Amino acid sequence: MAEIRSVADSVFRQESGRIIASLIRISGSFDRAEEAMQESFVSALASWPVKGIPENPAAWIMTTAHRKLIDAARRDRTRRDKQDSLKYEMDLAALTPEGELEDPAMEFPDDRLRLIFTCCHPALNVDAQIALTLRTLGGLSTPEIAKAFLLPEPTLAQRLVRAKRKIQEANIPYEVPPQERLPERLAAVRAVIYLIFNEGYVASSGTELVRNDLCAEALRLGRVLCELLPQEAENTGLLALMLVQHSRRNARLVNGELITLEEQDRARWDQDLISEGLRMVERALTKGPVGSYQLQAAIAALHVEAPTPPETDWPQIAALYEKLWKMNPSPVIGLNYSVAIAMSGAIEEGLKRIDNLGRSGGLDGYYLFHAARADLLRRLNRNAEAAAAYQRALALTSNVVEQNFLKRRLSEIEARAGV
Amino acid sequence: MRYMMLVYSTEGPDGLPAEEAARIYAGHKQVMDEATQKGVLVGAEPLAPTSTATTVRVQEGKALVTDGPFAETKEHLAGYYIMNCENLDEAIEWAAKIPTVCQGGAGCIEIRPMRWQSPRAEPESIARDAVSLNG
Repeated sequence: MAEIRSVADSVFRQESGRIIASLIRISGSFDRAEEAMQESFVSALASWPVKGIPENPAAWIMTTAHRKLIDAARRDRTRRDKQDSLKYEMDLAALTPEGELEDPAMEFPDDRLRLIFTCCHPALNVDAQIALTLRTLGGLSTPEIAKAFLLPEPTLAQRLVRAKRKIQEANIPYEVPPQERLPERLAAVRAVIYLIFNEGYVASSGTELVRNDLCAEALRLGRVLCELLPQEAENTGLLALMLVQHSRRNARLVNGELITLEEQDRARWDQDLISEGLRMVERALTKGPVGSYQLQAAIAALHVEAPTPPETDWPQIAALYEKLWKMNPSPVIGLNYSVAIAMSGAIEEGLKRIDNLGRSGGLDGYYLFHAARADLLRRLNRNAEAAAAYQRALALTSNVVEQNFLKRRLSEIEARAGV
Repeated sequence: MRYMMLVYSTEGPDGLPAEEAARIYAGHKQVMDEATQKGVLVGAEPLAPTSTATTVRVQEGKALVTDGPFAETKEHLAGYYIMNCENLDEAIEWAAKIPTVCQGGAGCIEIRPMRWQSPRAEPESIARDAVSLNG
């Protein structure tokens, strides 16, 4: 029984996204699809111990769920408009011929691309997009998602119900967008995956800095997206960026303390993820056209390729940031560009740029702006100014781990200045 | 599926200069012609300015009447379209064609699926829906 449960779990983990995606297409409803899939897994736990584990467990689940959809439609017929549901039932049956249902090695079509575009439809708010993507494509349970985002379970459950209701009632299509809409819609999909990754990478609040489960889930979704649309260079760029960032997860945090890139123990970096990430960066850049995820991935790659911090190719990093800045002149990119210039040797020049950015506004409430300024001031031995900037940064972050890091820096400065 | 597109635009105090009015009129005419030709248009009408609006609120059984629209906003409901579209994406495409720029404001369109998908509902279903609307 334990073996059967573990097979069922792994089918769920690996294949539930594909199964649910097809069931939604067939039934035209997220709820009906979810219900049919859940019931099929329950049936599997009853049937497999008696009849043995089928050759293709995912296809077995799919076939069983499909039958359950037809049964449910039949039951519904007595209650609903007879003509309508008879037609629905016939449509359902027509979608998969009986013979195909009996074939144990049946390959069902991959509908995950439709699913991901519907989950990340701009008519849903971003929080709903994230929750729905994790729930359907990621196969995470409502409690799991609620826990990952530190939200009460009813809040998350309600968010999912609302999103599914809007899809149904506003008739958000279950299709891959047409070619002319694809770039913007795909950008929205990538944004959702990267938001999931970042929520895991820098948890916005709480006592943990990194929530690896969310990062791992985002990586899995990133891989799915690359598998579904391999020709898109930015999909590969996003996966590369997440791989390289995630490779440093064990070095970023030691005994609950945040460790900066410069101070990290590079032996703790995950070399497997790094080499996969570097391969992906290269693959993306040869595909073209260049996009912002690829540039960010290339920057992250330059960081992990340096055996020691002084060997980091800062001029190259600054050049990549310049390209990124031209593509998207946001204050945050401007900040990173300035830091790269400073680290290339021109600390005063970098600081001047940061101060210019500060004057144009928009960054004063951003703790990393003050932290970056503080760091450059510290390097220039302008300790009093550095201390003031650290204080400002400290007041702006609610993450305990980041606060501890800033406090540590602040006390170093104060000791140095003899305050 | 039937959708209503609510047109929100900035409203000038003294109406529109002739040139801008002509431009907006032409824009709407183009959308209506195209939508009619494709068999999508169910209805569309502009509203008189909000200076003509009256808001009625029943409190303790008495009708409380106030001058003006129910909410003071920069953009006002200026008119509506009802279109029969395949799905929300098609409705979004049509909405993007409807002119909303007015008096220098960008304006916007709010898309709402119609509660009833057939234009004439039976009296008992109207009553049932009215109950659920208020509840």
